[in-house]
Amino acid sequence: MTTLTQPLLSARGVTKVFGFGRQKNTAVDNVDLDLYEGEVISIVGESGSGKTTISKILLGLLTETSGEIYFQGAKRDIRSHAKKQEYWKNIQAIFQDPFSSYNIFNKIDSVLLDCINMRGGRSLPREKKVEMMSEACSFVNLKFEELTNKYPFELSGGQMQRLMIARIFLLKPKILLADEPTSMIDACSRATILDELMHLRREIGMTIIFITHDIGLAYYVSDKVYIMEKGKFVESGSADSVILHPKEPYTRRLLNDVPKIYEEWDLTTV
Amino acid sequence: MKHIIQQVFHSGKFVFGFSIFATILLIVIFYPLFVPDPPLTILGQGTFFPPGIYVSVYDSLSATSYTLNLDEAAAKRIASKLSQEDRQAVKEWLIAAGIPEAEIDPANTEQLLDQWFANYDSKKNVPGMTNAKRNYYIRLNNALKGLLSPDAATVSQTNPQTGEMEQIDTINQTDYVNVSEVANLRLLPLGTDNFGRDILTELIAATRVSLQIGFVAGIIATLIGLTLGLLAGYVGGVVDDAIMFVTNLFTVIPTFVLLILISFSIGQEQRGAFTIAVVIGLTSWVWTARAVRSQVISLRNRDHVNLSKLSGHSIVHIILSDILPYIASYVIMALILQISSGILAEAGLSILGLGPRTTEVPTLGLMINWAMIYQAHILGNWWAYMPVLVTIALITFSMNLMNTGMDQVFNPALRD
Repeated sequence: MTTLTQPLLSARGVTKVFGFGRQKNTAVDNVDLDLYEGEVISIVGESGSGKTTISKILLGLLTETSGEIYFQGAKRDIRSHAKKQEYWKNIQAIFQDPFSSYNIFNKIDSVLLDCINMRGGRSLPREKKVEMMSEACSFVNLKFEELTNKYPFELSGGQMQRLMIARIFLLKPKILLADEPTSMIDACSRATILDELMHLRREIGMTIIFITHDIGLAYYVSDKVYIMEKGKFVESGSADSVILHPKEPYTRRLLNDVPKIYEEWDLTTV
Repeated sequence: MKHIIQQVFHSGKFVFGFSIFATILLIVIFYPLFVPDPPLTILGQGTFFPPGIYVSVYDSLSATSYTLNLDEAAAKRIASKLSQEDRQAVKEWLIAAGIPEAEIDPANTEQLLDQWFANYDSKKNVPGMTNAKRNYYIRLNNALKGLLSPDAATVSQTNPQTGEMEQIDTINQTDYVNVSEVANLRLLPLGTDNFGRDILTELIAATRVSLQIGFVAGIIATLIGLTLGLLAGYVGGVVDDAIMFVTNLFTVIPTFVLLILISFSIGQEQRGAFTIAVVIGLTSWVWTARAVRSQVISLRNRDHVNLSKLSGHSIVHIILSDILPYIASYVIMALILQISSGILAEAGLSILGLGPRTTEVPTLGLMINWAMIYQAHILGNWWAYMPVLVTIALITFSMNLMNTGMDQVFNPALRD
């Protein structure tokens, strides 16, 4: 893994506060993060720890209350719509729930065509577009001929999530933010989707931020792990050091929560 | 989309409401093709002619007469002439003459007349009877005798040369004319109103105008409410605060009071049907705006909207293709309710005398207003207001029914 001296994306003191007064809620509290090109990092934490909030801030879907985000060394500027569009060519996301990720009124073709248009392929001939869409679908073991003119809700959850990966294949962003991409998927499809995701990463040299509550999954996919508790990163480091030698009690608790097939569950620690 | 429309037409409530509404709509469209009279033509001299077929007396005289010997004719003639008051007076006389009350049936004309002619005596002095009452009985007796006499009626005309009356025709009691041979007759299924206008023609024209007012008002209200709701909900922040401030202002002022004040300040001469529709539309968008706003707020953080943003779509594109289709069913239902409440608002305004000016077109509200001013409800002229009320009720009922039916299709939690 080639690690450059300059991080691709970094966050410095990022804080997000929802509400005010008595209902004030600090979802993300003074978070620092560095993401180098080619890395896979995981942000692990339980529900409500602020994982999704930090991911939306990194994506630019939410505005941070304070702190700075640097993209490719320069301070990120996404105030205008054109600049946002430019930023989103570099950073894309896969969301947790495939069933709510698609506009149910748009056909699958239009989801994929949007990606081609975004990569400047608006004026390509129709055949070329179909060829690109077929290539993307076959990359995730879907057949474009079977999907064309269908609506997303006619697919299964696993197929929809694979279509999401096909979308990323077409967009070829520098950074992918995968927000629990497998948590709504059955266990059999889960491994396939993770494999396809890792395959895609090797294919287009993508950097991935993986957000999950499953520390075992994080160990399986990532180089670096950030453990998040109540809006703060309590522990971070290489996957091996954090997971095999956890320092924080919170990390140990997360590790204990992972179900093990050959051991009896210790319910006293829960 | 096709699937949803199919489902809507499988809902019993919707189909029932829709058929009522479609029937009203078809009548409104096709009736003027068959009866092209202007709806405000004054036909009758006098107020509130009851429903029925009006046959020209003059033309009946010149039509061929046929002789029919019908048994019941005399009895029917008397029965129709003998009013309820007269029957009661006859009964009083008979009781005074000593007939037991149980044997007198004022509804049985034949028996009543037999008893009357057997017992009446103009010379007889009933104690306590005034002179006027005695004279009334004499007149009643003569009238009854006249009705029973077999004499023919005489038709006379003044001779223009001599100036003398000349008998030109006699009409026997057994003379009949065929209605189809009478040159002039007019069917007035709902009679005439206080100005002598045909109520059915007027009612159908009024329904058309009221529906138009409802549609214009409903579309204006829904468009304003939808636009403001979408902006407030999606853009949020200061825009939301500003729009909600105005919306709340409109919410706390009762809409109908606002409507009355605006209509009043426009003035009778300036108020056409269209103006009234616009005024109603401008005052009734508030609830649509609030409902759309809250729906949009719950939609704007959904993942499919985020994905659309990440795909580089503009705000306009996101609102039109990622938000609007999701609330379209709600907006259509709101539109239907706005239309029916627009029709009701016009009726309410017109009853108060603040509706459209009265010289151009009738509306359902104006018809009730006219009937009220001329006291149709006190005089018992039901045909002047009852059909109007039924029409208003049917329109709003059918629209609410369609709305409920659609609601059950779009909102699975409400299905039976």
